[in-house]
Amino acid sequence: MKYFVLLAGYGELPLWDDMSPEEQAAGMEQHYAFSRACKARDGVSIESGEALAESSGATTLRTRAGQMTITEGRFAEAAEHIGGFYLIEAPDLDTVIDLCRVLPAYDIEIRPVIDVG
Amino acid sequence: MTSKSGPSSTSADTAELLGQVHRQHWGRLIALLVVKTRRIDLVEDALGEAFARAARGWPGDGAPANPAGWLYTTAYRHLVGRLRSEAVAGRTAARLAARPDAAHGSGDVAEALPDERLQLILLCCHPALGAESRAPLALRLVIGTATHEIARLFLVPRDTMAARITRAKQRIVAAGIPLSRPVADELAARLDEVCRTIYLAFTAGYTPGSGTELLRPDLAGEAVELAVVLQQVVPDAPQVTALLALLQFQHARRDARMTDGRLVTLADQDRTLWRHDEIASASRHLFSLSPTTGYAESLRRQALIAAEHGRAATASATDWAAISAHYAALAALTGSPVVRLNQAVAVAEVEGPQAALALLDGLDELLPTSHRLPAVRADLLRRLGQLDAAAACYDLAIERCDNDVERAFLVERRP
Repeated sequence: MKYFVLLAGYGELPLWDDMSPEEQAAGMEQHYAFSRACKARDGVSIESGEALAESSGATTLRTRAGQMTITEGRFAEAAEHIGGFYLIEAPDLDTVIDLCRVLPAYDIEIRPVIDVG
Repeated sequence: MTSKSGPSSTSADTAELLGQVHRQHWGRLIALLVVKTRRIDLVEDALGEAFARAARGWPGDGAPANPAGWLYTTAYRHLVGRLRSEAVAGRTAARLAARPDAAHGSGDVAEALPDERLQLILLCCHPALGAESRAPLALRLVIGTATHEIARLFLVPRDTMAARITRAKQRIVAAGIPLSRPVADELAARLDEVCRTIYLAFTAGYTPGSGTELLRPDLAGEAVELAVVLQQVVPDAPQVTALLALLQFQHARRDARMTDGRLVTLADQDRTLWRHDEIASASRHLFSLSPTTGYAESLRRQALIAAEHGRAATASATDWAAISAHYAALAALTGSPVVRLNQAVAVAEVEGPQAALALLDGLDELLPTSHRLPAVRADLLRRLGQLDAAAACYDLAIERCDNDVERAFLVERRP
């Protein structure tokens, strides 16, 4: 299955921009460790993964009655601290949960990706 | 596979035999079918169909020598037929995720019926499933409890429960929750979750309900059965053995807990109505355990407390000093305010109401809506002769209590 792993909040962690360079380096090292752990696991591969710019850079589009409105800012309150995502091929949910233990202690949402092909 | 057991049997014989096979083998058959086909959405229907065919065919043809094996094979063939027609129709149905270690050999499993119930139980009680779905799913699939009975246990309409179970099966497939055999550390954590789930189902049976059914001890018994199965498949897990002991001690008192539609407190129960054989069984499980840590130790301490009540021939023979010591250990282990409240009740019996009142200090912030806290405090104050203060606490308890039977009890006690 393919899973979308949303790094959906910082939980008890400070915001990335509030971290010291050392803390940021340690966080990056956890992402590298995650990448290595995925590579080492049977049937697991990272299809893609990106860090997102802060939500002040977001633009939201909404279409109502055929009319698109464009507004500055994030889509929803909860989306404030979305920091990035991974798209991972993995055999099952338990494997993804297990691998996410390697990441910094974000709040994480895991969602299966539907094959529309 | 379908070798006959002799002359034709009657419908009554068949019904009895099928009832027996259902009770003994339902969970094993479901587990095996799930492991083999990974179609948790289809196995129940397929096994139901096999039971229906048996009910039709066995009275004339005679029952097979290995009824469970026959049912397995019939259900499995039925499933294979379904899968084949899905394949022909070009539909790709989502299958339950399975790790390589969960894959099964292709031998004739029907004869040996390997026990895959642990995998099934772990699947039903997976932490990624909502807590409200886990026990219903486990009761339905592992024990074969009827959906309307599960609904009765959890006090929801039948259709609501049926939808909840269906949704849980769909979620297992959609989220990719796998059938797996976790290794040591992970298994211990998962078994803690399973034990919590079973305990929750058990206590639901002893939660006062509405209408004609105050308690549902028969259905609490289904949860005990689930604990029995779990203990069979993991006999060396201390939390599981402790849970089973605890549930057996508590369930052994079922016939004494109500008379004339009213709850009977432990002190007032007719102890000759207790199932002493079950108390003996619980004791054997409990005393096979050594002190441990974590949730297992918490369950073991609770079982030790239940054991003290279970072995007291009369209420006045209760060893409150031992119980008080177990509560102190449990309070230190869990930090739970509810445990401290119970500890105070035991301390009152050993050291008197004054010492017990001191233990209640600081609990109000932790249990701001509890009716039991003011009720316990009211009782202690009453025993100290502080009737005005006691009456005020009773009033608060009565105001907070939303159960008719308990409220009536409190009103009766108020000075």
